[in-house]
Amino acid sequence: MRINRRQFFRTTTGALGFASMPMLLKSAGIAAEEPIRIANILDKTGGLNIYSLKQIKAIALAVDELNKAGGLLGRPIELVFYDSQSNNQLNSQYMAQALVKDKAAAVFAGVTSSSREVMRPVVRKFRGLFFYNSMYEGGVCDRRHVCIAQVPAQQLSPLVPRVVKTYGKKCYILGADYIYPHTTAKWIQKYTREAGGEDIGVEFFPLDVSNFAPALARIQAAKPDVVWSILVGSAHNAFYRQYESTIGKAKTPLASCMFGIGREQTYLSAQEAAGIMNATPFHDELPSEKAQEFVRKFKEYSGEQDYVGDYAEYGYRGVNIWANAVKKAGDPSPDAVIAALDGVQFEAPGGLVTVDGQTNHAVMDIHLVKTNDKQGWDHLETFKQLQPSDTQAVCDLRKNPDDNQQYTLSL
Amino acid sequence: MVGSVIVLYQILFAVSLFILISLGLAIIFGMMRVINLAQGEFIMLGAYACLIFTRLEINFWLAALLSGLVVGLFGIIVERCLIRFLYGRIMDTLLATWGLSLLMIGLVTTIFGPQEAGVEVSLGKLDVGEFSVSIYNLVLIAAAMGLLALTYALWRYTKVGLVVRGTMQNPDMAAALGVNTDRCYMLTFGFGSAITGLGGALIAPLVGNQPTMGAFYVAKAFITVISGGAAPLTGTLLASGVFGSVDGVISYASTQVVGEISVLLVAIVLLRLLPTGITGRLGGGV
Amino acid sequence: MRLISAEDCEAPVPLWWALVAVAAVIGFALPSFVGLDVVMSTSIIFVYAILTLSMSYLWGYCGMLSFGQTAMYGVGGYAYAVIALNSGNTTIAVFAAVFLGCLFALVIGYFMIYGRISKIYFTVITLVITVVLEKAVRATSDERFTIGSVPLRGQNGISNVPDLQFPWDPSQTLFLDGVYYVALAALLAVFIGLRLLLTTHFGRVLMGIRDNERRSELLGYDTRKYQLGAFVLCGGIAALAGVLYGVWGNFVAPEMMNLNSAANIVIYAIVGGRSTLAGPIAGTAIIQYLTSWLGTAGVGQVTVILGTVLIVFVMLFPRGILPTLGDVIAQVWRFALAGRDRAKLPGARKTSDGWRNA
Repeated sequence: MRINRRQFFRTTTGALGFASMPMLLKSAGIAAEEPIRIANILDKTGGLNIYSLKQIKAIALAVDELNKAGGLLGRPIELVFYDSQSNNQLNSQYMAQALVKDKAAAVFAGVTSSSREVMRPVVRKFRGLFFYNSMYEGGVCDRRHVCIAQVPAQQLSPLVPRVVKTYGKKCYILGADYIYPHTTAKWIQKYTREAGGEDIGVEFFPLDVSNFAPALARIQAAKPDVVWSILVGSAHNAFYRQYESTIGKAKTPLASCMFGIGREQTYLSAQEAAGIMNATPFHDELPSEKAQEFVRKFKEYSGEQDYVGDYAEYGYRGVNIWANAVKKAGDPSPDAVIAALDGVQFEAPGGLVTVDGQTNHAVMDIHLVKTNDKQGWDHLETFKQLQPSDTQAVCDLRKNPDDNQQYTLSL
Repeated sequence: MVGSVIVLYQILFAVSLFILISLGLAIIFGMMRVINLAQGEFIMLGAYACLIFTRLEINFWLAALLSGLVVGLFGIIVERCLIRFLYGRIMDTLLATWGLSLLMIGLVTTIFGPQEAGVEVSLGKLDVGEFSVSIYNLVLIAAAMGLLALTYALWRYTKVGLVVRGTMQNPDMAAALGVNTDRCYMLTFGFGSAITGLGGALIAPLVGNQPTMGAFYVAKAFITVISGGAAPLTGTLLASGVFGSVDGVISYASTQVVGEISVLLVAIVLLRLLPTGITGRLGGGV
Repeated sequence: MRLISAEDCEAPVPLWWALVAVAAVIGFALPSFVGLDVVMSTSIIFVYAILTLSMSYLWGYCGMLSFGQTAMYGVGGYAYAVIALNSGNTTIAVFAAVFLGCLFALVIGYFMIYGRISKIYFTVITLVITVVLEKAVRATSDERFTIGSVPLRGQNGISNVPDLQFPWDPSQTLFLDGVYYVALAALLAVFIGLRLLLTTHFGRVLMGIRDNERRSELLGYDTRKYQLGAFVLCGGIAALAGVLYGVWGNFVAPEMMNLNSAANIVIYAIVGGRSTLAGPIAGTAIIQYLTSWLGTAGVGQVTVILGTVLIVFVMLFPRGILPTLGDVIAQVWRFALAGRDRAKLPGARKTSDGWRNA
């Protein structure tokens, strides 16, 4: 079914419908050049789309902005979108299609770790370039993979000591039952002990559990000073409501390193959501000019007025880091861009982002935040330019450029 | 002392959840032998109906009842347009209702988006020693038991219940005696759907609304009703009791996963020992 | 015309062999004409078709609706991953994985079939088994769940599943087109094998059991043995599909065994026609292609479309595409043959239960 690319841009719903329309390209004077093609594979439908929907639009926004400014190396950028429908098999298939049929210079894809691990072998087989714009447990060492989102050490090294200092020494940790929360729980335990605290319980819940009554009873029996939540997903969102109606944050405060990535605070009442401490590379209320400009631009572009969030910003910074790398390399082909990645910078809405050539992860600012009663985040403090130290400890792409695996970080 | 009260509460709460999600199916499958794989989505529909009503500033309890009615009406429409043609064709009903469930999930997601702020009901908490228990959970326990008692009474002691039971046992005889069996099936399916919708509305404040919430419950509901056996209501109560106790105790003592898996394993063993369900020997009844 | 329905227990007619040969030739020639991405998308269709065949053979020809073939599929995939990663030898891993799939089917089949549970309970329990297995594997995120040197990684799955090595030269592995050829060969082997199985004593007794279990028992057959045999065979086929899935994506995960996967293969069989062997293959191809295409076409929620398709098929085409198509072609054929004397043609009148039984 050969559908003309312009046609299917226009018929797709959402902001993608106007990603780089003809008049944009004409006004930039680059319409006649051979385009540079990139692909975006994310979940527009299915259970995982709460993370992807904003990022899809942010990527389209970034591409349109670049085209309006004259494209890349004098050529327009063409964006191809695939909806992986929260289905890992489709992730593999579409990655192959993007690299073989579309000959994409770069692919921006994946939210979950399993989707990334499914796509990396395909990227390697077809020698492409893969930008994974999502936070994860760290440890991937692969020169064809770039992650510009935060990894556990960056997020938790400022957050955990602050939680121990503010709330108390004894913590109880609840997490979703897959690799990321297991890894992050270990980091929380490590940093808590280093700060003089103690973790008195750790529990994990499958993603479809929505009845937390037994867990709440156990927490009450253990009497911690603070409860950490590494819960994720729609079903786990019920925890915050049940927590508030049983224990209550006034009695035992909550901290989290995942609350907010699916904009969970917008689905809870003000009382249920307020007062949770977290750390993030970007939030809508960040008091910097670039951040506020991004929020305004995004709302105007997408037509949506609700909370934008860090996942949108990841997509935006990912495309721009790639674009800066292409400009540095002078050549959009994947191998040339990969060689030029080390040290590439971008002034992202969340702060300055620099690619660390040792790991292909990023050095970035991390902001300590707390949910307020307006379903947003209050900015507490900024920690500047934190290194992805956990991945740096296990990965060195300069010494072993052919390395291709995800290391489990030992603590 | 406080510990055993909490354990008892966990058991009762788990049992109540089983009852709320299975009662409607007990009527639809237990009575009519219709495998409705869209059962979870009826629960979801009840939850969303409740959300809409509470957004319209209607009192929660009234909204829950209205949601039950709405889902009951929807059930009648489904019965007229889909199920009616498939009586006796068990496998085809299974597949058509699976298609219906996919359709409902897709439509709700298109209209409401992938996640929704849930219904808020804050009744406060009750302190039991050093533990706090949400009062809404206690109300839920009472509601589940009440609903079960009401349905039982309706089925066993009223004329309507008698006519329905007769039609289910021997439709030809009932028709010969002047009962409109077609209408009977329709109303029974509608009633079962209404109960399911009401159950969904009641659990909505607890778990929040999302289009895929039904999928979590459909397997559990079926296991409960099938393990219950030939007497739908009594069987459902007994099966809920067994599974709820297992779930409540093991989830509290160990982890949620172990609790869920234990329930499913107990169900397999139960069906192996009593292939026709707990009340199978009774061969029918309420 | 009986090309599409393999109901009769006689050996396939030469025309059937010719059609299969043509399909095989087209299949093997395809990679030379299309890009590697199409090769990849087509080979996954072959893998799912094998899994669907394992389910639809049990259903259409043995009368057992198993919702749990995905359990053996998952066992096969995981066994291949764990054994291949631990031993470094993929050839042994393939055989071991299929064997373990059969063993698993033997154990659960024994409990169900020799326990004499009714048909509907059989379906429900197989469903429960695949759900339980999925939940159990999803809970293995913790580091202590490691078999040999391979951590199971719970929901994330095992993601560096090795490529298939050439049995005679383990240093060489199959690239994407190699996987395609292996999957195609496996599908042809399963398809032809099952068709020939129908002509054997074993296959015929099973069809008799499907039609009337009590009658077969009264005729002296131990129905449990035959049913268990069929279940184990199909368990092995499902496990083979699991191995091929792992090889295809270099990836195995608990989602292979979840409720959605289990239901999907039932949908494929329904759409294609469960009373045939070619039907499930067609159904798999259609729905897989549809799902793939929908993701690139931006039409909104895919489940709306799939749900509607399923309802339409159950209501309008209860026997699936291929038998219905076969009916239509046969009707046209008869019209063409008979001319004005249609009514006099033997068999021109449809029997009350349609063409053969559905």
